Amino acid sequence: MDGVHDLGGIAGFGPVEHDADESPFAADWERRVFRLKVGSGPLGVNLPAFRHSIERMDPAHYLSSPYFEHWLTGVATMAVEHGLTTREDLERRAGGRFPLSQPDRGVLPEDLTSRSEPRYKVGDEVRVRKWHPPGHTRAPRYVQGRRGTIARVHGVVDVDDIMAHGGGSVTDPFYSVRFTSHELWGDGGGSGEVVHVDLFERYLRPAASESIDGS
Amino acid sequence: MAAEHHHPAELAPIEARVAAIESVLVEKGILDTAAVDAVVAHVEHNLGPMNGARVVARAWVDPSYKKQLLADATAAIDALGFGGPQGEHMVVVENTPAVHNLVVCTLCSCYPWPTLGLPPKWYKEPAYRARAVREPRKLLAEMGTVVPDDVEIRVWDSSSEARYLVLPMRPDGTDGMSEDELAVVVTRDSMIGVQRL
Repeated sequence: MDGVHDLGGIAGFGPVEHDADESPFAADWERRVFRLKVGSGPLGVNLPAFRHSIERMDPAHYLSSPYFEHWLTGVATMAVEHGLTTREDLERRAGGRFPLSQPDRGVLPEDLTSRSEPRYKVGDEVRVRKWHPPGHTRAPRYVQGRRGTIARVHGVVDVDDIMAHGGGSVTDPFYSVRFTSHELWGDGGGSGEVVHVDLFERYLRPAASESIDGS
Repeated sequence: MAAEHHHPAELAPIEARVAAIESVLVEKGILDTAAVDAVVAHVEHNLGPMNGARVVARAWVDPSYKKQLLADATAAIDALGFGGPQGEHMVVVENTPAVHNLVVCTLCSCYPWPTLGLPPKWYKEPAYRARAVREPRKLLAEMGTVVPDDVEIRVWDSSSEARYLVLPMRPDGTDGMSEDELAVVVTRDSMIGVQRL
Protein backbone atom coordinates (compact mmCIF):
# COMPACT_ATOMS: atom_id res chain seq x y z
CA MET A 1 0.00 0.00 0.00
CA ASP A 2 1.11 3.56 -0.57
CA GLY A 3 1.25 4.08 3.17
CA VAL A 4 2.96 6.57 5.40
CA HIS A 5 5.70 4.01 6.05
CA ASP A 6 6.82 4.23 2.40
CA LEU A 7 9.04 7.20 3.08
CA GLY A 8 11.69 7.09 0.37
CA GLY A 9 12.05 10.51 -1.24
CA ILE A 10 9.39 12.41 0.71
CA ALA A 11 10.49 16.01 1.15
CA GLY A 12 10.03 18.26 4.15
CA PHE A 13 11.86 16.38 6.87
CA GLY A 14 14.60 18.27 8.65
CA PRO A 15 18.04 17.23 9.80
CA VAL A 16 18.68 13.69 10.97
CA GLU A 17 18.95 13.86 14.73
CA HIS A 18 22.00 11.70 14.84
CA ASP A 19 22.96 10.37 18.24
CA ALA A 20 26.08 8.47 19.19
CA ASP A 21 24.06 6.65 21.87
CA GLU A 22 24.03 3.02 20.87
CA SER A 23 21.60 1.74 23.47
CA PRO A 24 18.91 -0.24 21.61
CA PHE A 25 16.17 0.82 24.01
CA ALA A 26 15.63 4.39 25.18
CA ALA A 27 13.29 3.32 28.00
CA ASP A 28 12.22 0.12 29.68
CA TRP A 29 8.84 0.12 27.93
CA GLU A 30 10.67 -0.17 24.61
CA ARG A 31 12.45 -3.28 25.86
CA ARG A 32 9.07 -4.69 26.95
CA VAL A 33 7.59 -4.03 23.51
CA PHE A 34 10.52 -5.81 21.87
CA ARG A 35 9.90 -8.74 24.23
CA LEU A 36 6.19 -8.73 23.32
CA LYS A 37 6.98 -8.97 19.66
CA VAL A 38 9.69 -11.63 19.78
CA GLY A 39 7.87 -13.64 22.44
CA SER A 40 4.37 -13.78 21.00
CA GLY A 41 4.78 -16.61 18.54
CA PRO A 42 1.56 -16.55 16.49
CA LEU A 43 1.57 -12.75 16.41
CA GLY A 44 5.23 -12.26 15.61
CA VAL A 45 6.20 -15.18 13.43
CA ASN A 46 4.71 -13.82 10.19
CA LEU A 47 7.04 -10.88 9.73
CA PRO A 48 5.36 -9.49 6.59
CA ALA A 49 1.96 -9.55 8.34
CA PHE A 50 3.50 -7.82 11.36
CA ARG A 51 5.05 -5.15 9.14
CA HIS A 52 1.71 -4.63 7.45
CA SER A 53 -0.03 -4.17 10.79
CA ILE A 54 2.28 -1.19 11.34
CA GLU A 55 1.86 0.15 7.79
CA ARG A 56 -1.88 0.41 8.47
CA MET A 57 -1.38 2.86 11.35
CA ASP A 58 -3.05 6.22 11.04
CA PRO A 59 -0.44 8.36 9.24
CA ALA A 60 -0.51 11.14 11.84
CA HIS A 61 -0.02 8.60 14.63
CA TYR A 62 2.82 6.90 12.73
CA LEU A 63 4.76 10.10 12.17
CA SER A 64 4.27 11.44 15.69
CA SER A 65 5.14 8.32 17.66
CA PRO A 66 8.46 6.67 18.51
CA TYR A 67 9.50 3.54 16.65
CA PHE A 68 8.61 1.03 19.36
CA GLU A 69 5.14 2.52 19.65
CA HIS A 70 4.71 1.31 16.06
CA TRP A 71 5.56 -2.20 17.22
CA LEU A 72 3.18 -1.90 20.16
CA THR A 73 0.35 -0.74 17.91
CA GLY A 74 1.06 -3.52 15.43
CA VAL A 75 1.13 -6.30 18.04
CA ALA A 76 -2.06 -5.01 19.70
CA THR A 77 -3.82 -4.71 16.33
CA MET A 78 -2.88 -8.27 15.43
CA ALA A 79 -4.01 -9.53 18.85
CA VAL A 80 -7.43 -7.97 18.23
CA GLU A 81 -7.55 -9.34 14.69
CA HIS A 82 -6.69 -12.82 16.01
CA GLY A 83 -9.60 -12.60 18.44
CA LEU A 84 -7.41 -12.59 21.54
CA THR A 85 -8.81 -9.34 22.86
CA THR A 86 -10.83 -6.30 21.83
CA ARG A 87 -10.01 -2.65 21.65
CA GLU A 88 -12.49 -2.04 24.49
CA ASP A 89 -10.73 -4.61 26.67
CA LEU A 90 -7.34 -3.07 25.95
CA GLU A 91 -8.67 0.41 26.76
CA ARG A 92 -10.20 -0.81 30.01
CA ARG A 93 -6.90 -2.39 31.02
CA ALA A 94 -4.87 0.64 29.96
CA GLY A 95 -7.25 3.15 31.51
CA GLY A 96 -7.47 5.31 28.41
CA ARG A 97 -7.57 5.40 24.64
CA PHE A 98 -5.54 2.73 22.82
CA PRO A 99 -5.27 3.60 19.12
CA LEU A 100 -4.99 0.64 16.76
CA SER A 101 -4.23 0.34 13.05
CA GLN A 102 -6.78 0.54 10.25
CA PRO A 103 -8.36 -2.66 8.84
CA ASP A 104 -6.37 -4.80 6.41
CA ARG A 105 -7.53 -4.04 2.85
CA GLY A 106 -4.95 -6.23 1.18
CA VAL A 107 -5.85 -9.00 -1.25
CA LEU A 108 -3.84 -12.08 -2.08
CA PRO A 109 -2.03 -11.67 -5.43
CA GLU A 110 -3.41 -13.86 -8.22
CA ASP A 111 -0.11 -15.47 -9.12
CA LEU A 112 0.78 -17.93 -6.36
CA THR A 113 3.37 -19.87 -8.37
CA SER A 114 6.72 -20.45 -6.70
CA ARG A 115 9.79 -19.68 -8.80
CA SER A 116 13.39 -20.51 -8.11
CA GLU A 117 15.30 -20.10 -11.40
CA PRO A 118 16.32 -16.48 -11.91
CA ARG A 119 14.99 -15.04 -15.14
CA TYR A 120 17.38 -12.08 -15.10
CA LYS A 121 21.15 -11.77 -14.90
CA VAL A 122 23.46 -8.97 -13.85
CA GLY A 123 23.33 -6.16 -16.40
CA ASP A 124 19.79 -6.85 -17.64
CA GLU A 125 17.54 -3.82 -17.99
CA VAL A 126 14.23 -4.06 -16.17
CA ARG A 127 11.25 -1.89 -15.37
CA VAL A 128 9.38 -2.17 -12.08
CA ARG A 129 5.66 -2.87 -12.38
CA LYS A 130 3.46 0.06 -11.44
CA TRP A 131 0.52 -1.43 -9.61
CA HIS A 132 0.27 0.21 -6.18
CA PRO A 133 -1.42 -2.72 -4.39
CA PRO A 134 -3.83 -2.08 -1.49
CA GLY A 135 -1.97 -4.57 0.72
CA HIS A 136 1.60 -5.29 1.73
CA THR A 137 4.44 -4.99 -0.75
CA ARG A 138 8.18 -4.48 -0.64
CA ALA A 139 8.21 -2.45 -3.85
CA PRO A 140 8.60 1.12 -2.61
CA ARG A 141 6.43 3.70 -4.36
CA TYR A 142 9.50 5.61 -5.54
CA VAL A 143 10.68 2.78 -7.81
CA GLN A 144 7.33 1.61 -9.21
CA GLY A 145 7.32 2.27 -12.95
CA ARG A 146 11.03 3.10 -12.96
CA ARG A 147 13.72 1.57 -15.13
CA GLY A 148 16.84 0.04 -13.64
CA THR A 149 19.62 -2.48 -14.11
CA ILE A 150 20.09 -5.80 -12.34
CA ALA A 151 23.12 -5.32 -10.08
CA ARG A 152 23.04 -8.53 -8.05
CA VAL A 153 21.14 -11.81 -8.12
CA HIS A 154 20.64 -12.45 -4.41
CA GLY A 155 18.90 -15.82 -4.15
CA VAL A 156 15.42 -17.19 -3.61
CA VAL A 157 13.11 -16.27 -0.71
CA ASP A 158 9.43 -16.13 0.22
CA VAL A 159 7.41 -13.34 -1.35
CA ASP A 160 6.32 -10.95 1.40
CA ASP A 161 3.23 -9.73 -0.49
CA ILE A 162 1.83 -13.28 -0.38
CA MET A 163 2.99 -14.26 3.11
CA ALA A 164 1.48 -11.10 4.59
CA HIS A 165 -2.00 -11.96 3.34
CA GLY A 166 -2.21 -15.60 4.33
CA GLY A 167 -0.87 -17.19 1.17
CA GLY A 168 1.95 -19.02 2.93
CA SER A 169 5.35 -19.73 1.43
CA VAL A 170 5.60 -18.82 -2.26
CA THR A 171 9.13 -18.17 -3.47
CA ASP A 172 10.73 -15.85 -5.97
CA PRO A 173 14.28 -14.98 -6.97
CA PHE A 174 15.16 -11.52 -5.70
CA TYR A 175 17.58 -8.96 -7.04
CA SER A 176 19.34 -5.76 -6.26
CA VAL A 177 18.24 -3.34 -8.97
CA ARG A 178 20.29 -0.20 -9.61
CA PHE A 179 18.52 3.06 -10.48
CA THR A 180 20.18 6.34 -11.33
CA SER A 181 19.13 9.23 -9.14
CA HIS A 182 17.90 11.06 -12.26
CA GLU A 183 15.67 8.11 -13.23
CA LEU A 184 14.03 8.30 -9.82
CA TRP A 185 13.89 12.04 -9.24
CA GLY A 186 14.21 13.58 -12.70
CA ASP A 187 15.92 16.95 -12.76
CA GLY A 188 15.94 16.88 -8.98
CA GLY A 189 18.26 13.89 -8.89
CA GLY A 190 21.90 14.07 -7.92
CA SER A 191 24.81 13.39 -10.27
CA GLY A 192 27.06 10.55 -9.22
CA GLU A 193 24.36 9.07 -7.01
CA VAL A 194 22.75 5.68 -7.58
CA VAL A 195 20.17 3.83 -5.52
CA HIS A 196 19.94 0.05 -5.26
CA VAL A 197 16.62 -1.46 -4.24
CA ASP A 198 16.02 -5.14 -3.53
CA LEU A 199 13.06 -6.41 -5.54
CA PHE A 200 11.30 -9.71 -6.16
CA GLU A 201 11.31 -11.08 -9.68
CA ARG A 202 7.53 -10.77 -9.94
CA TYR A 203 7.85 -7.01 -9.45
CA LEU A 204 9.94 -6.73 -12.64
CA ARG A 205 9.43 -6.76 -16.41
CA PRO A 206 12.13 -6.85 -19.10
CA ALA A 207 12.86 -3.35 -20.33
CA ALA A 208 15.04 -4.26 -23.31
CA SER A 209 12.14 -4.59 -25.74
CA GLU A 210 10.23 -1.51 -24.61
CA SER A 211 8.97 0.92 -27.20
CA ILE A 212 10.45 4.38 -27.15
CA ASP A 213 7.60 5.84 -25.08
CA GLY A 214 8.24 3.32 -22.32
CA SER A 215 4.88 1.61 -22.56
CA MET B 1 -15.41 12.00 16.50
CA ALA B 2 -18.91 10.50 16.57
CA ALA B 3 -17.74 7.10 15.35
CA GLU B 4 -15.39 6.80 18.31
CA HIS B 5 -17.67 8.13 21.04
CA HIS B 6 -17.39 4.91 22.99
CA HIS B 7 -13.61 5.20 23.27
CA PRO B 8 -11.99 7.17 26.06
CA ALA B 9 -10.97 10.69 25.18
CA GLU B 10 -7.65 10.56 26.95
CA LEU B 11 -4.82 8.61 25.36
CA ALA B 12 -3.53 5.97 27.77
CA PRO B 13 0.14 6.48 28.66
CA ILE B 14 2.50 4.32 26.65
CA GLU B 15 3.54 2.27 29.69
CA ALA B 16 -0.13 1.51 30.44
CA ARG B 17 -0.75 0.42 26.85
CA VAL B 18 2.29 -1.88 26.98
CA ALA B 19 1.08 -3.36 30.28
CA ALA B 20 -2.42 -3.87 28.84
CA ILE B 21 -1.41 -5.94 25.82
CA GLU B 22 1.29 -7.71 27.84
CA SER B 23 -1.30 -8.85 30.40
CA VAL B 24 -3.61 -10.11 27.64
CA LEU B 25 -0.88 -12.19 26.02
CA VAL B 26 0.36 -13.60 29.34
CA GLU B 27 -3.19 -14.54 30.39
CA LYS B 28 -3.76 -16.28 27.06
CA GLY B 29 -0.58 -18.29 27.55
CA ILE B 30 1.02 -16.83 24.45
CA LEU B 31 3.77 -14.83 26.10
CA ASP B 32 6.13 -16.27 28.71
CA THR B 33 8.07 -13.18 29.73
CA ALA B 34 10.70 -15.03 31.74
CA ALA B 35 11.52 -17.32 28.82
CA VAL B 36 11.86 -14.43 26.41
CA ASP B 37 13.99 -12.28 28.71
CA ALA B 38 17.03 -14.40 27.88
CA VAL B 39 16.48 -13.77 24.16
CA VAL B 40 16.13 -10.04 24.73
CA ALA B 41 19.27 -9.96 26.87
CA HIS B 42 21.19 -11.83 24.17
CA VAL B 43 20.12 -9.38 21.49
CA GLU B 44 20.84 -6.40 23.72
CA HIS B 45 24.27 -7.46 24.96
CA ASN B 46 25.81 -9.90 22.49
CA LEU B 47 24.80 -8.34 19.20
CA GLY B 48 26.32 -5.01 18.27
CA PRO B 49 28.84 -3.13 16.14
CA MET B 50 31.72 -4.75 18.03
CA ASN B 51 30.93 -7.85 15.96
CA GLY B 52 30.88 -6.02 12.63
CA ALA B 53 34.14 -4.35 13.63
CA ARG B 54 35.76 -7.80 13.92
CA VAL B 55 34.63 -8.60 10.38
CA VAL B 56 36.01 -5.33 9.01
CA ALA B 57 39.33 -5.64 10.87
CA ARG B 58 39.80 -9.18 9.57
CA ALA B 59 39.12 -8.04 6.01
CA TRP B 60 41.68 -5.25 6.40
CA VAL B 61 44.48 -7.59 7.48
CA ASP B 62 43.62 -10.71 5.48
CA PRO B 63 43.19 -10.27 1.71
CA SER B 64 41.85 -13.78 1.20
CA TYR B 65 39.21 -13.22 3.89
CA LYS B 66 38.25 -9.93 2.25
CA LYS B 67 37.84 -11.69 -1.08
CA GLN B 68 35.60 -14.30 0.52
CA LEU B 69 33.64 -11.60 2.37
CA LEU B 70 32.85 -9.71 -0.83
CA ALA B 71 31.97 -12.91 -2.71
CA ASP B 72 29.84 -14.62 -0.02
CA ALA B 73 29.38 -12.37 2.98
CA THR B 74 26.94 -14.65 4.79
CA ALA B 75 29.43 -17.53 4.89
CA ALA B 76 32.43 -15.32 5.68
CA ILE B 77 30.64 -13.60 8.56
CA ASP B 78 29.24 -16.88 9.82
CA ALA B 79 32.81 -18.21 9.92
CA LEU B 80 33.60 -15.59 12.57
CA GLY B 81 30.56 -16.66 14.59
CA PHE B 82 28.22 -13.80 13.69
CA GLY B 83 25.35 -15.57 11.94
CA GLY B 84 21.72 -15.65 12.97
CA PRO B 85 18.36 -13.94 12.47
CA GLN B 86 18.49 -10.78 10.33
CA GLY B 87 21.88 -11.94 9.05
CA GLU B 88 20.84 -14.81 6.78
CA HIS B 89 21.45 -12.94 3.50
CA MET B 90 24.42 -10.69 4.15
CA VAL B 91 25.95 -8.46 1.51
CA VAL B 92 29.15 -6.49 2.13
CA VAL B 93 29.74 -3.44 -0.04
CA GLU B 94 33.24 -2.00 -0.26
CA ASN B 95 34.16 1.66 -0.07
CA THR B 96 36.99 2.67 -2.42
CA PRO B 97 38.55 5.99 -3.41
CA ALA B 98 35.88 6.17 -6.15
CA VAL B 99 32.82 4.73 -4.37
CA HIS B 100 31.06 5.46 -1.08
CA ASN B 101 28.26 3.17 0.09
CA LEU B 102 25.29 4.07 2.30
CA VAL B 103 22.68 1.72 3.79
CA VAL B 104 19.04 2.54 4.54
CA CYS B 105 15.67 0.85 4.89
CA THR B 106 13.05 3.22 3.52
CA LEU B 107 10.08 0.95 4.31
CA CYS B 108 10.83 -0.02 7.91
CA SER B 109 14.04 -0.72 9.82
CA CYS B 110 15.89 -3.64 8.18
CA TYR B 111 19.39 -3.89 9.61
CA PRO B 112 22.02 -6.64 10.08
CA TRP B 113 21.43 -7.62 13.71
CA PRO B 114 24.27 -10.14 14.21
CA THR B 115 26.96 -7.71 13.05
CA LEU B 116 25.52 -4.33 14.10
CA GLY B 117 22.90 -5.13 16.74
CA LEU B 118 19.54 -3.39 16.83
CA PRO B 119 19.44 -0.20 14.77
CA PRO B 120 20.00 3.20 16.36
CA LYS B 121 16.97 5.47 16.72
CA TRP B 122 17.88 7.87 13.89
CA TYR B 123 18.18 4.99 11.38
CA LYS B 124 14.48 4.20 11.93
CA GLU B 125 13.23 7.78 11.83
CA PRO B 126 11.44 9.33 8.83
CA ALA B 127 14.10 11.98 8.13
CA TYR B 128 16.86 9.47 7.45
CA ARG B 129 14.64 7.03 5.56
CA ALA B 130 13.14 9.76 3.35
CA ARG B 131 16.32 11.62 2.54
CA ALA B 132 18.95 8.88 2.14
CA VAL B 133 17.60 7.86 -1.26
CA ARG B 134 16.75 11.36 -2.44
CA GLU B 135 19.74 13.52 -1.49
CA PRO B 136 22.41 11.28 0.03
CA ARG B 137 25.36 13.60 -0.60
CA LYS B 138 23.63 16.53 1.05
CA LEU B 139 22.44 14.38 3.93
CA LEU B 140 25.90 12.97 4.56
CA ALA B 141 27.43 16.44 4.51
CA GLU B 142 24.90 17.58 7.11
CA MET B 143 25.89 14.60 9.23
CA GLY B 144 29.53 15.65 9.02
CA THR B 145 30.66 13.37 6.21
CA VAL B 146 31.67 15.24 3.09
CA VAL B 147 31.89 12.92 0.10
CA PRO B 148 33.73 14.64 -2.78
CA ASP B 149 31.72 15.18 -5.97
CA ASP B 150 33.94 12.81 -7.95
CA VAL B 151 33.13 9.92 -5.57
CA GLU B 152 30.03 7.96 -6.56
CA ILE B 153 27.51 7.43 -3.77
CA ARG B 154 25.79 4.07 -3.88
CA VAL B 155 22.73 3.83 -1.68
CA TRP B 156 21.42 0.38 -0.72
CA ASP B 157 17.74 0.26 0.27
CA SER B 158 17.25 -2.96 2.26
CA SER B 159 13.76 -3.57 0.93
CA SER B 160 13.91 -7.37 0.97
CA GLU B 161 15.82 -10.12 2.77
CA ALA B 162 19.37 -8.92 2.08
CA ARG B 163 21.13 -7.09 4.92
CA TYR B 164 24.02 -4.75 4.12
CA LEU B 165 27.30 -3.98 5.83
CA VAL B 166 29.67 -1.34 4.51
CA LEU B 167 33.37 -2.23 4.42
CA PRO B 168 35.05 1.13 5.10
CA MET B 169 38.46 2.02 3.71
CA ARG B 170 41.27 1.36 6.13
CA PRO B 171 42.34 4.74 7.52
CA ASP B 172 45.80 6.16 6.89
CA GLY B 173 48.23 5.77 9.74
CA THR B 174 47.03 2.33 10.82
CA ASP B 175 49.74 0.31 9.09
CA GLY B 176 51.33 -0.95 12.27
CA MET B 177 48.12 -1.89 14.02
CA SER B 178 47.10 -5.40 14.94
CA GLU B 179 43.71 -6.85 14.04
CA ASP B 180 42.50 -6.24 17.60
CA GLU B 181 43.66 -2.63 17.50
CA LEU B 182 42.01 -2.09 14.12
CA ALA B 183 38.67 -3.41 15.39
CA VAL B 184 38.60 -0.56 17.91
CA VAL B 185 38.95 1.97 15.08
CA VAL B 186 35.84 0.72 13.28
CA THR B 187 32.61 2.51 14.21
CA ARG B 188 28.97 1.57 13.80
CA ASP B 189 28.36 4.63 11.65
CA SER B 190 31.19 3.73 9.27
CA MET B 191 29.57 0.32 8.68
CA ILE B 192 26.21 1.96 7.87
CA GLY B 193 28.01 4.44 5.64
CA VAL B 194 27.15 7.72 7.35
CA GLN B 195 30.78 8.17 8.38
CA ARG B 196 34.16 7.87 6.64
CA LEU B 197 37.02 6.77 8.85
